[in-house]
Amino acid sequence: MLSYALRRLFGAIPTIFIIITAAFFMMRIAPGGPFDQERTLEATVMENLNATFGLDLPLWQQYGMYLGNLFRGDMGPSFIYRDMRVQEILGEGLPVSVQLGLTALILALVVGAALGTLAALRQNSSTDYTVIAVATFGITVPNFVVAPVLSLVFAVMLNWLPAQGWGEARQMVLPVIALALPQVAIIARLVRGAMIEALRSDHVRTARAYGLPARMVVLKHALRAAILPAVSYLGPAAAALLTGSIVVEQVFNLPGIGRYFVQGALNRDYTLVMGTVVIVAVFVVVFNLIVDLLYALLDPRVRYD
Amino acid sequence: MAEHSDQGGRIFEVDDIRVTFETPDGQVEAVRGVSMHVGRGETVAVVGESGSGKSQIMMAAMGLLASNGRAEGAVRYRGRDILNVSVDDLNKLRGRKITMIFQEPMTSLDPLYTIEDQLSEPLRVHGAMSRQAARARILELLTLVQIPNAAERMRAYPHELSGGQRQRVMIAMALANDPELLIADEPTTALDVTIQAEILQLLAELQSRIGMSILFITHDLGIVEAFADRVYVMNKGLVEEDGPTARLFAAPRTDYTRMLLAAEPEGTKAPPPEGAPALMEARDVRVTFGRGPGLFRRDTRLEAVRGIDVTLRQGQTLGIVGESGSGKSTLGRALLRMIPSEGQVAWLGDRIDGLGTEGMRPYRKGLQMVFQDPYGSLSPRLTCGEIVAEGLLVHEPGLDGKVRTARVSEALRDVGLDPAMRNRFPHEFSGGQRQRIAIARALILRPKLIVLDEPTSALDRSVQKQVIELLRRLQRENDLTYIFISHDLAVVRALSDYVMVMKDGAVVEEGPTGELFDRPATDYTRALMRAAFDLRGLLADKAA
Repeated sequence: MLSYALRRLFGAIPTIFIIITAAFFMMRIAPGGPFDQERTLEATVMENLNATFGLDLPLWQQYGMYLGNLFRGDMGPSFIYRDMRVQEILGEGLPVSVQLGLTALILALVVGAALGTLAALRQNSSTDYTVIAVATFGITVPNFVVAPVLSLVFAVMLNWLPAQGWGEARQMVLPVIALALPQVAIIARLVRGAMIEALRSDHVRTARAYGLPARMVVLKHALRAAILPAVSYLGPAAAALLTGSIVVEQVFNLPGIGRYFVQGALNRDYTLVMGTVVIVAVFVVVFNLIVDLLYALLDPRVRYD
Repeated sequence: MAEHSDQGGRIFEVDDIRVTFETPDGQVEAVRGVSMHVGRGETVAVVGESGSGKSQIMMAAMGLLASNGRAEGAVRYRGRDILNVSVDDLNKLRGRKITMIFQEPMTSLDPLYTIEDQLSEPLRVHGAMSRQAARARILELLTLVQIPNAAERMRAYPHELSGGQRQRVMIAMALANDPELLIADEPTTALDVTIQAEILQLLAELQSRIGMSILFITHDLGIVEAFADRVYVMNKGLVEEDGPTARLFAAPRTDYTRMLLAAEPEGTKAPPPEGAPALMEARDVRVTFGRGPGLFRRDTRLEAVRGIDVTLRQGQTLGIVGESGSGKSTLGRALLRMIPSEGQVAWLGDRIDGLGTEGMRPYRKGLQMVFQDPYGSLSPRLTCGEIVAEGLLVHEPGLDGKVRTARVSEALRDVGLDPAMRNRFPHEFSGGQRQRIAIARALILRPKLIVLDEPTSALDRSVQKQVIELLRRLQRENDLTYIFISHDLAVVRALSDYVMVMKDGAVVEEGPTGELFDRPATDYTRALMRAAFDLRGLLADKAA
């Protein structure tokens, strides 16, 4: 298993390298630059700025320099936030985003699995139809709609929870729900389908034939098999939560990395956007690896060697 | 087993039970009023073909019907009704007084838990045993069912055991709480004949030691004859006939029973005439799966076929027998160049072993194949007519539409299907009809050689007999050559004129059918034949 993990980590290096390369050049192909403003700067000022940040060099040379610096752990200076390195800016926001994302992920898994199981046990009943309806709603309505509506209803109208800010547990409630909702829906559907199949499987029939209590049949034998598809979905889910948090962090005004991503892109803050891309890519790759290892832990038939 | 009557008292009774299923096509009556009983210590067989309702009676009795199923009537254990009781009440019996083993040892155990974990459940739930006590009992049970290295194997997961071992584990689970009745639902159907014999021996031995009753559900009359005291013959949801095994086999009273008893494959095949031309010559065929070792990789290579020579003459039927994993299907596929292999293969004098997909195409027309699972090997989205015509579109693309339709009709008629059924989809046919479609698909190209890979194994004996007759007739009429791959020795004996016995990728023994079956030269072949043809003697020897 260890050698598998190492092999996967080595295998991830080219993936991340390709992502960085693609992002770097796509960013530069886009028109505009970090110092373009409504009032055009004097040519000499512009030249000085470009020279300071190395933007006067040929593109491939800039690319090589960026890679070299990145390898040494330096993501470069921000073009907009003066006197700040990108790693300093992102280092502040990252814990917020990670906390938000992981909480949403755990919530989505627990609630999704519970709803899916419930629906499968009462297949074709009103409970089942309600869960499916909620799941369809959760999947189709994007979180840039859900987040403001939650904020409007529970913060502005009912005044139960704060509409923005970070630090208290209460402030986490709405953003976590907004972020988790689509994932709850997807996981509920996955678990429902797998659970229906598991309940019909031969080994569940064996468990029933041997007089095991219903709770044990469902929770021990059926659910463990039914949760497996949801576990393999956690990799893509983590990616969806990271990108989803860009919107949610904006709506609830949270100091995560999402807002830097948006602002960085709008301002052509090349290094800041690149920094966010690198972090998201590494996170997704690592999370997929964790999920695969977790899968092997849950299913003894899967062995990596 | 001694003759039993029900003097010892009936411990299990089914009284006028009816099982119905609500389906999208309306109500289906699977069981239409059946009564049966099992006495203490008695072995009762329920025999019937697929769809006869034999399993559904037991599912209903044990509260295991699918959610769209409903049962009426009465099921009694020691005089107490158990059909109309709560699940909690039923759970006091299931896994304790009445236990079950199932057809599929592969899937009947939970793949995600160890053997110990699963065996401990009925012990801990019903017997309130401590973990320590349960472990000791599990060790005892696994030893009882003759699992080697029981202490070590109890930590294994189901996929780490062989099919036979898994069924032994199921039996251990069934015996855990000293049951009074064991319901065995086709427990050996998925196993090789030698393993089947071992499992039946084990069951007979355990029964005489423990004294439980056994209710054995099967489609296999050979098992019934060797194993049961009394038989119920079921057909279309009803009991056709019942009585002591010896009487029923000696003097069946209904046509249906007579038909079942006569459904064992019969006849022999004469070898092709002396001067028949050679079709295929294969030398030292080898197939290796998996990859060699690498930097972070184990050696996963497995030699599935280890250097086999095959010579086929026009009109011949070469039977390849062997147990699962012996490499017989792999050899068949290698000869048709459907999987990569080493060694020489010559077809009508042309070397075809080096050829790729494109190079093989002109030869494919003459080399056809029919598979075991007639449902899985027919595309569910195509009609029967489209499936049969497909090969013509590839191999005779210039054919006029009318001619093609006529050829399809001819092929369907040849295999005994009404050409008017050509617009139906595979799921609308029975298993035997589907296999006929698969044969028509091969036949329409007017091949010289058809590789038949277990073509009758998924079929009931009576249907099997019809398919065998069909294959014989087609061979006669079209001068076909067959490679017939099967684990079923009776069918191979009836159809082939030359037989190869395979084990672990190599040929153990080969020769003309009559000679090989009359005078097997190796212990392996002898054991295989005894398990297939003399189950009764085998069980009697064990008991003695």
